[in-house]
Amino acid sequence: MSLVLNFWLRVTALFSGFGEQFRAMNKWQRYSAYGLGVVALYLLPYWPDVPVLGQIVNTPGSQFETVLNDQVVIFVLIALGLNVVVGIAGLLDLGYVGFYAVGAYVTAILTSAHGNLPWLLALPIAVVISMLFGLILGTPTLRLRGDYLAIVTLGFGEIIRLTAKNMDWLGASRGISNIKKPPSMFGLKFGVLDAKPYFYLGLTMVFIVIFILHRLEYSRVGRAWVAIREDEDAAELMGVNTFKFKLWAFTIGAGIGGLAGVHYAGKVGFINPDNFPLQLSILFLAAVVLGGSGNMYGAILGGILVAYMPERLRNFSDKRILVFGIVLVLMMVFRPEGILPKRVGNEHKKRRAKSQEGEVAS
Amino acid sequence: MPDWLIIRTFWELTVTGLALGSIYALVALGYTLVYGVLRLINFAHSEIFMVGTFGALLASSQFLSIPLLEDGNYPYRTGMTLIIFLVFIMLIAMLFSGIGAVVLERVAYRPLRGNGDAFGAIVLAFLTTFIVSLVFVDQAKINVIIALLATAPISYAYMRFFKQGRKAPRLAFLISAIGASTAISEAVGVWSKHGRDQYQTPRLLEKKTLFTMFGTDVRIDYAIVIVGALLMMTALTLFVNKTRLGRGVRAVAQDAETSRILGVNVDLIIIVTFALGGVMAGGAAMLFTLVYDQTRFNIGFILGVKSFTAAVLGGIGNLKGALLGGLLLGLVENYGSAIFGGQWKDVIAFVVLLVVLMFRPTGLLGESLGKARV
Amino acid sequence: MKKSVLRVGASMLVLSLVGVACGGSDDSSADACEGNSKIAFFGALTGEAGNLGINIKKGLDLAVAQHNEANPDAQIDVEAYDSQGDPDQAPALADKAIADACVKGIVGPAFSGESAAVNAKFEEAGLPLITPSATNPALSTNGWDVFHRALAGDDKQGPGAASRIVADGKMKVGVIDDNSEYGKGLADIVQTSLGDKAVELNSLDPEAADYSAVITAAKDAGVDAVFFGGYYAAAGKLAKQMADAGVTAQFYSGDGTLDVGFIEAAGPAAEGAILTCTCAPKDSNPEFLKAFQDANKGEDPATYAAEAYDAASVFLAAMKDGKTSRGDILKFINSYDAAGVTKQLNWDEAGEVTGSAVYAYEIKDGAIKGLGLIK
Repeated sequence: MSLVLNFWLRVTALFSGFGEQFRAMNKWQRYSAYGLGVVALYLLPYWPDVPVLGQIVNTPGSQFETVLNDQVVIFVLIALGLNVVVGIAGLLDLGYVGFYAVGAYVTAILTSAHGNLPWLLALPIAVVISMLFGLILGTPTLRLRGDYLAIVTLGFGEIIRLTAKNMDWLGASRGISNIKKPPSMFGLKFGVLDAKPYFYLGLTMVFIVIFILHRLEYSRVGRAWVAIREDEDAAELMGVNTFKFKLWAFTIGAGIGGLAGVHYAGKVGFINPDNFPLQLSILFLAAVVLGGSGNMYGAILGGILVAYMPERLRNFSDKRILVFGIVLVLMMVFRPEGILPKRVGNEHKKRRAKSQEGEVAS
Repeated sequence: MPDWLIIRTFWELTVTGLALGSIYALVALGYTLVYGVLRLINFAHSEIFMVGTFGALLASSQFLSIPLLEDGNYPYRTGMTLIIFLVFIMLIAMLFSGIGAVVLERVAYRPLRGNGDAFGAIVLAFLTTFIVSLVFVDQAKINVIIALLATAPISYAYMRFFKQGRKAPRLAFLISAIGASTAISEAVGVWSKHGRDQYQTPRLLEKKTLFTMFGTDVRIDYAIVIVGALLMMTALTLFVNKTRLGRGVRAVAQDAETSRILGVNVDLIIIVTFALGGVMAGGAAMLFTLVYDQTRFNIGFILGVKSFTAAVLGGIGNLKGALLGGLLLGLVENYGSAIFGGQWKDVIAFVVLLVVLMFRPTGLLGESLGKARV
Repeated sequence: MKKSVLRVGASMLVLSLVGVACGGSDDSSADACEGNSKIAFFGALTGEAGNLGINIKKGLDLAVAQHNEANPDAQIDVEAYDSQGDPDQAPALADKAIADACVKGIVGPAFSGESAAVNAKFEEAGLPLITPSATNPALSTNGWDVFHRALAGDDKQGPGAASRIVADGKMKVGVIDDNSEYGKGLADIVQTSLGDKAVELNSLDPEAADYSAVITAAKDAGVDAVFFGGYYAAAGKLAKQMADAGVTAQFYSGDGTLDVGFIEAAGPAAEGAILTCTCAPKDSNPEFLKAFQDANKGEDPATYAAEAYDAASVFLAAMKDGKTSRGDILKFINSYDAAGVTKQLNWDEAGEVTGSAVYAYEIKDGAIKGLGLIK
């Protein structure tokens, strides 16, 4: 019986040890591994054609590349953004779908309902407006702590959805159609049928976001975020302007959520308020925590799982949401920090080592 | 006075608003109790309410075998029969919700606190094997048999794991709660008799006007809901203030570690807290079916969000706050609908919450389950 | 371990490249169907609106089963794409249907929301569709050549409902909707058609339990009739709560309410309610009624089953006529003109069925009774 336990512990160990060993590789090995991984990811839409692998990854009832873009990429982007808010800055946001909706709606308004801008121009505007919404919501509410913040953000998400549903200017419950698609670029044509170009675009967005977040996490801002998450009062005492940095996290997270919305609106070409239900916010949060809140790669993994598994498990049809619920409970019982937990203290190991050296020297 | 809808129908809106608000308040108590003791948003509490409505449905249609309609009319009962039936239905609903809440705590929360017990291990092991068996065969009966066969060995392994006593971070509790909430409501949606359809509960009580106040007819079912909710809340307050167990609840809410040292059985108190919350939700569920005669697998979700809002509005962790928040929310929704139209109802509710929290960051009455004034 | 990371990465890459090599030719496979041709069902079979989709699929199944029995050497399969009525899930399913060269036609999408999300895809792919249930008027204004409706849109139903209400001598009609695309759309049309007889009572939230605010407003306005635009579950709750609150106004609603679920939810309060639909009553074609009952253990065809049967028969007629490509089938449908079990099937440019009618129904003794055409 201990066999099961043993196996479980081994699987766990495999996950947690993976990163360390990866870092232990030398530079060229690491970069070539990265390179291979990236190329393999861009080739993802072709995986179902591969003999054995294809059988495993292909989604039985729906088109694989469409699932990759419409579900997986969107969820990964959102998990990345929400991870900044929840995982890095430790702010419980239950209304993240609101920012996703703002991104999608601004794109829809600018390119179809009340404007004629090209998609590429709508993108930065929508992201900035999403960030503004983050700022507007964040300024008054971030003074609240923990669980109060959760209900306020939840309310915010609902207010956004209901406003869109009730205002004719925003298309009401009809929604907005004929949203412009991204322009042709790099030989990719963004049409109605082929989801691959959207996937490539989305994946590129994911890489750009990862790069930016990586830079941020290891900057002064990132260190402040970790300090706030671990102990807000201590951080405040140590002279970290906690409010400012929390607001930063909220705003950046909102921007990434908006970006996902822009991508979604451009792909589907039609949005209505029912695309942004409250349940989606909860699913987003589940993705982040399931994967490993605080660890960017954990959040990505969580996003992939939450988006992909229901499509993969289509044979369960009616029971897949039930299975999802039970899996969430089991995961939290046996691996409460997520599949890829954050490495407490590891994040700034190098820097700490350096500062300790400094202390010794001085 | 201007001739606005809100003014013309003010008292009528007040009565219906208070009735709905009473139900919010009773459900909000469950959130508030658990939050006060564990500092945990029991997200699955909404489904405990839902389970209670199904308990009420079973009690009336199965145990008492009352049909939905008798000769094309509602199966009204009168006099003592009515009272006994209603009390019986309420007790069954409370039983369902109470047991549901305790099981929920054992399975989805206690293992995360680092002291899971055999019960939790068995249920979790069953759920695990059940899911795995779904991959191979999808037929409820066979799944259950397979799952039962494999439960014993796996629960043994799980117990070993529990003995390690790992404590989960706070966010994990929330996600576990969300998972449990999804699973409970989906299980009812998949396996109950009519699946995801709306269910009707038999109507025993004829909805006559009880008395007229300010030119408004007050229906008997509204009166029962409001009075019933107040009575239950008083009973709860007395229990928390006057009994030994209640004192334990307050002690744990104030400082769990110290209470443990001083000899309070913290695990027992937590079970009592969940059971109390469940019983209140069960009462609310029965009152709900009394007024609206219906239930559904997903009925808890929206009501749960509203009740949680009510709990926060009044000051989460505060019993009086739950009452105040619930009634206030019910009224605000009704008045708001009359002024701005029904489609803005939820927006108004959340805006009011935002405004209140701006000025009183811990709700109207503040957090205080642990403090002397309950 | 170090090497294994590289190894995993490299093998994934090689595998993917193999995939590109193998899969390079899949773009030209549009007409390369191996096996039987298929007619696809697209809509909700599970989830909250699953009932409606199941009705539709039963109609489709019946038509295909009859065809297969009569033509043993030209078997047709039914493929179901279960979108749960969710516009988020619909695109990936639509792409799957388009990529399957054997799918020659779609019966669906069942709902207006998902139609708006995916019909552009079917248009681009030239995959003909006949929806048996999506009645939003805006759908036919997109210039989609592949789009056809087997019943009239809400722009026909609304005025029909209004004229019935006026014919019943109602002077003050409260119009309520559930704020959904379908419900609000229909309620707005009814309100416009009623003109100054209408009193707007705003929307209600169909998911909420308590409708007392809107009922109080109806009471206050002193209406003698109420029209509700929305689906049966909310309609049932509304009718019941109105009766409880002592509102005696006559209850009217549209095709979303035409389901036994409405009677169950409203109980005695459903008695006398009048519902309109552009769909034909179940007994309008005895032959179909009997065939359906035989195929479904005596069960009566529910809302949209007959329309789905008609939609499927058009596709089957095309295939029987020797049309195999999607384009040919589309041409066949566009010039089709023959009697179906519900109505004469023949489409105009926009894909609206011509000569469509609005029927009235009444709830009597706990059952739906047809009242015939609305003039």
